[in-house]
Amino acid sequence: MSDDLKRTPLNQWHRDHGAKMVDFGGWDMPIQFNGILAEHEAVRQRAGLFDVSHMGEVRIQGNDALAFIQHLITNDAGGLELGQAQYTVMTNHDGGVIDDLLVYRLGDTDYLLVINAATTAKDVSWIEEQAEGFQGLFEVRDESDEWAQLALQGPDAQTILSRIIPLDLTSIGYYRAEFTNLDGAQILVSRTGYTGEDGFEVYLPPSQAPAVADRILDAGEAEGVVPVGLGARDTLRLEAGMLLYGNDMDESRSPVEANLRWLIKPDKGEFIGKDAIIEQLDCGTGERLIGFELVDRGVPRHGYELCCTAEKSIGEVTSGSFSPTLQKGIGLGYVPLEHTDVDGVLKVVVRGRKLEARVAKTPFYRRPKPN
Amino acid sequence: MADYPEDYKYTKEHEWIAVEGNEGTVGITYHAQAELGDVVYVELPAVGDHLEAGQPFGTIESVKAVSELYAPVSGKVTEVHEELLDQPELVNEDPHGAAWMVRLSMADSSEMEGLLSFSDYVSFLESTEGDH
Repeated sequence: MSDDLKRTPLNQWHRDHGAKMVDFGGWDMPIQFNGILAEHEAVRQRAGLFDVSHMGEVRIQGNDALAFIQHLITNDAGGLELGQAQYTVMTNHDGGVIDDLLVYRLGDTDYLLVINAATTAKDVSWIEEQAEGFQGLFEVRDESDEWAQLALQGPDAQTILSRIIPLDLTSIGYYRAEFTNLDGAQILVSRTGYTGEDGFEVYLPPSQAPAVADRILDAGEAEGVVPVGLGARDTLRLEAGMLLYGNDMDESRSPVEANLRWLIKPDKGEFIGKDAIIEQLDCGTGERLIGFELVDRGVPRHGYELCCTAEKSIGEVTSGSFSPTLQKGIGLGYVPLEHTDVDGVLKVVVRGRKLEARVAKTPFYRRPKPN
Repeated sequence: MADYPEDYKYTKEHEWIAVEGNEGTVGITYHAQAELGDVVYVELPAVGDHLEAGQPFGTIESVKAVSELYAPVSGKVTEVHEELLDQPELVNEDPHGAAWMVRLSMADSSEMEGLLSFSDYVSFLESTEGDH
C-alpha cells in the first residue's frame, strides 16, 4: 500500500502531528492536518509550515555551468548575482515545457536548480542527456537526496524564523538566498515560496528536518504557526495565480500558451526550443491559459469542460478549486484566443450542469501591501 | 471525538436518520465529514421532492472531493435546511445535529429494517478502519 511510496524525512513527523496522508506523485505526503480551510487561513493571516522535501535539486558547477544552464532554460540567468534566484521553465526542442523550476546562483560558478517532485527523474535524465552533447567545463549532480526543504510562509514567517536562524532575514530580499549554519550544518535560506505570501524556503540536511520543523513550531507558538498540507498548498498557489506542472502545463504546451511570456528572454542567446518559441511569439498561438472565477455556486475541477455562451466546448479546466479567500470557485484553463478577454462570460460544466463563470485577471489574490 | 447518537439509524453510505413517528430527519455522519474534509457546498432537493431509498438526493462538496447524498429511506421531502447552503461548515462542526439536511415523511416504515443500528454502524466503521 504505502510501502512503495517515497517518504521525506518528515514522514513520521507528519503522522505524529495528525496528518491525513496521500500518494502525491509517488510520495507519501500530508494532504491536511487540521483542515484545508484552517491551514489556508493560517498562511494568509499568520504562518504555516510546509514539508517540501520531495522537490528535486540538481547542482551544476564549473566555468561553463552558466552557459549550459542558459542553453536549458528560457529565462536569462546571466544577470543573477550571488545568492539570487529566478523562476524559469525548461523547454524541449519543440518549445514544450519540460518543467518549471528555480535557478539559484550559489557561487561564482555554482548553481542549484530546484525542480518538481513528480518530474525529478525525467528532468535529471534530460539534463544529463543534454550535458553530454554540450561542450564545456561543468559538472551535473543530482542532489535531491541530500536536501530536505521546509517552507515557512505567511506575514509572521520572518518574525518566527528570525528566532531560530542566525541571519538578519530583513537583509534577504525577494528571490534572494543566503547560506548559514544551524546546529552545525549548512543550510540555505531563501525568500521564495508558492503561496503568494511573504515567506522563506529553507534547504537543510535531511537528518535535521524533523528537529528544525519542531523548532519552527515552537518558535512560532505565540503567532499560532501550524503545519500545512498539500491541500492548502494547492488552494494557496492557485489563488496566487501560480501554475502546477502536470496540470497547467506539460510538454504539449509552450510557455507562450501558458501565459509565461515574461520567462522568455530571446536576447540572452540560444536555448533549446528557441526557434519554436520565437515563432509563437511572432505568429501567436491558437490558445492561451486564462484564469476564471465562478459566478454560480460550484467548484471547478481538473478535467471539467469549459464552454462559451454558444454552448460550444472550448477547453477544459487544468486547475480548479474553491478559493477560501474569495469564497468562490476559481480555476485555470486553455481556451481559444477569442475567449481570453477579462470579464468574458464562460460556462464550466460541473456534473452535467453549466455554471456561469467569468474570465478573471490573475493572480486572483494579491497580498495586501504593508502599511 | 465522534458522538454517534444511539437512537439514530445509519447507512453504509454514512447517512443518519432520526425518526419520530412517520417523520425522518436526515444528515451525514461524523465519519463522512471527516473523510470529505472542509465542506464548501451542499446541494439539497426541494420540498415536495420524492426520495427513493438508496438513491442520490443531493451532493456535498468539499475542497478536495464531491460526494453524493443517498436517501436512507423513501419518502416525500417536507423540509429542507436552507441555512445549511450558506453555512456548509456546520456539516464539519455538528454533523449529527445542527447540520441536518432534509426532513421527510416516510413512505414505507418497513424500510427501517434495512438500516444499521448505532452499534452496527460503529462496528461497520471499525471493520473498514484499516482501509487507509
